[in-house]
Amino acid sequence: MKPKLALYWASSCGGCEIAVVDIEEKILDVADFFDIVFWPCVMDFKYKDVEAMPDGDITICLFNGAIRTSENEYLAKLLRAKSKVLVAFGSCAQEGCIPGLANFYDKNSIFEFVYKNSPSVDEQSKGIYPVPITHMPEGEIEIPEFWNTVKTLDQVVEVDYYIPGCPPQSFQILNAVGAVIDILKNGKPLPPKGTVLGAGDKTCCDECPRERKEKKIKRFYRPQEIIPDPNECLLDQGIMCVGPATRSGCDALCVKANIGCRGCYGAPPNVTDQGAKMVAALSSVIDAQTPEEARKIMETLADPLGTFYRFSMASSILKRVQPKTRPDSSGK
Amino acid sequence: MSTTKEKSWSPRIVAFLCNWCTYTGADLAGVSRLKSSPSVRVIRTMCSGRVDPTFVLKAFKLGADGVMIGGCHIGDCHYSEGNFKTLRRVEMLKILLDQYGIDPRRLRLEWISASEGDKYAHTTLDFEQQLRELGPLQLTE
Repeated sequence: MKPKLALYWASSCGGCEIAVVDIEEKILDVADFFDIVFWPCVMDFKYKDVEAMPDGDITICLFNGAIRTSENEYLAKLLRAKSKVLVAFGSCAQEGCIPGLANFYDKNSIFEFVYKNSPSVDEQSKGIYPVPITHMPEGEIEIPEFWNTVKTLDQVVEVDYYIPGCPPQSFQILNAVGAVIDILKNGKPLPPKGTVLGAGDKTCCDECPRERKEKKIKRFYRPQEIIPDPNECLLDQGIMCVGPATRSGCDALCVKANIGCRGCYGAPPNVTDQGAKMVAALSSVIDAQTPEEARKIMETLADPLGTFYRFSMASSILKRVQPKTRPDSSGK
Repeated sequence: MSTTKEKSWSPRIVAFLCNWCTYTGADLAGVSRLKSSPSVRVIRTMCSGRVDPTFVLKAFKLGADGVMIGGCHIGDCHYSEGNFKTLRRVEMLKILLDQYGIDPRRLRLEWISASEGDKYAHTTLDFEQQLRELGPLQLTE
C-alpha cells in the first residue's frame, strides 16, 4: 500500500500550493509514490472524508497557512490526529507570515475597517459584520469564527517538522520530498522532531554573493530612492535587508535581484525573535554616537516593526501589538 | 482590580547591569546603605553590549513592568565600544516598543559608574516611581 499524503491550506495565499506544483514533472513521481488523500486546492475532497479516516492514517501532511479562524484551527487539530507526521509547510504555518501582520491590529479594528470604513464598502452594507451563525428562513448558516490573534501551526498543535519560506523554494521542496521518499522507501530513521527541512543552518548573508565592507549606515533608502550597486552589500548601501536575521536556504534569491532580503525563511537557528536579532545586527552597522543620531537614522526607515517582523510577528516573543481596546469576550 | 490589590502592587524591574560599572555601582549603593528600589531584580552581564534585544522583549513577556540597562559612561566602556552598541540598540528598541503599543519609558538606559552608588540608588527609585505611574504592564496574546 502506498504511503498517504495530505496537503492543506489554512490562512494562506495559495503560493505554497503553486510552489508544490512548481516542482514540475517531479510532481508525477510524488503522485506515483504517494496516495494523495486530501488536497482541497487541487482535487475534490471533503472534510468528512478526513473525519472518516482512522487516527494516524495519513503518513505525512504538509500543512500551509496560519491559524486565523476556527475552521483553520479545527482542520489543524483534525489533521494532527489523522497524520503520523505533520509538517508546517511555508512561512505562514511556521511563523505567521503576512497573515500574521494582522496581529498589528485586533479583531474589532480589522472588522471596523473591512466591513465599515474601507472605501470599497458600499453604503448599504456598511457596518454589517459577519457573525458565526445566521438564522435564515431556510435554516441556520454557519461560517467560521475569526480569532483575535493569528497563530502559527505549532501554537495550536504539535508539529513534527518545518519547511520555511514564502513560499518554500521548489528545489528545497524537492530536496525535502526526496528525503522523505528515501526515508520511507529504505526504512531510514526520521530526523529528530522539530527539524527544519529544506533550508540551511546559517543566515542569508552566508549565501549572498555581494561584497561586504565595514558598514557605516548614515540613512536608509527606500527602493525607489536609489539605484543599488549590484556587487556591494545592500545593507552597506543603506538598503534595508533582513538577511543577517534570516535563515539561509533560498540561495539568496532576492538579494541576487537587487532587492533586500525580506526575511521569509524566518529566524536562523538558535534565534527566538527575528526582529530582536535584526535590532542587534543593525546596532553594529548604523553610524550613530548618540541616541539622537540613532533615532534620526531609524526615522529614515518606514515602519521598523513591520519590516523586521514582516514574516514572524505571530511567532515573535510578544506575538502581537498591544491592542488599544481590549478584545471582546468572544474573541480568542 | 480592587483597591487593596492596587495598593499592594509594586512594579517588577529587571535590571541588566554591566559587570565593570553599574553592577559595582549597585554594590556600592548597598555597602553605603543607600536606599535603592527593592523592585529591582539585577542580572549581571559582562557588558551592557551583551544585552541582546531578545532579553529585553523576553523580560517584558515574562512579567517585567520595566527593564533597566546599566552600563559604563560613554568613553569608559571596559571593552571600549560595547556601550555604543547598547545606546543604538536601546534607541531602536524604544521605537519598536512604541510600535508594539508598550510605553517606551518602560525601558531605561542609564550610565552609572562604579563610584556612583548614589546615582544607582536614586535612578532605581525614580524608575520605580515612574512605573507606578504607568501601572502594570498587561500583555494580551
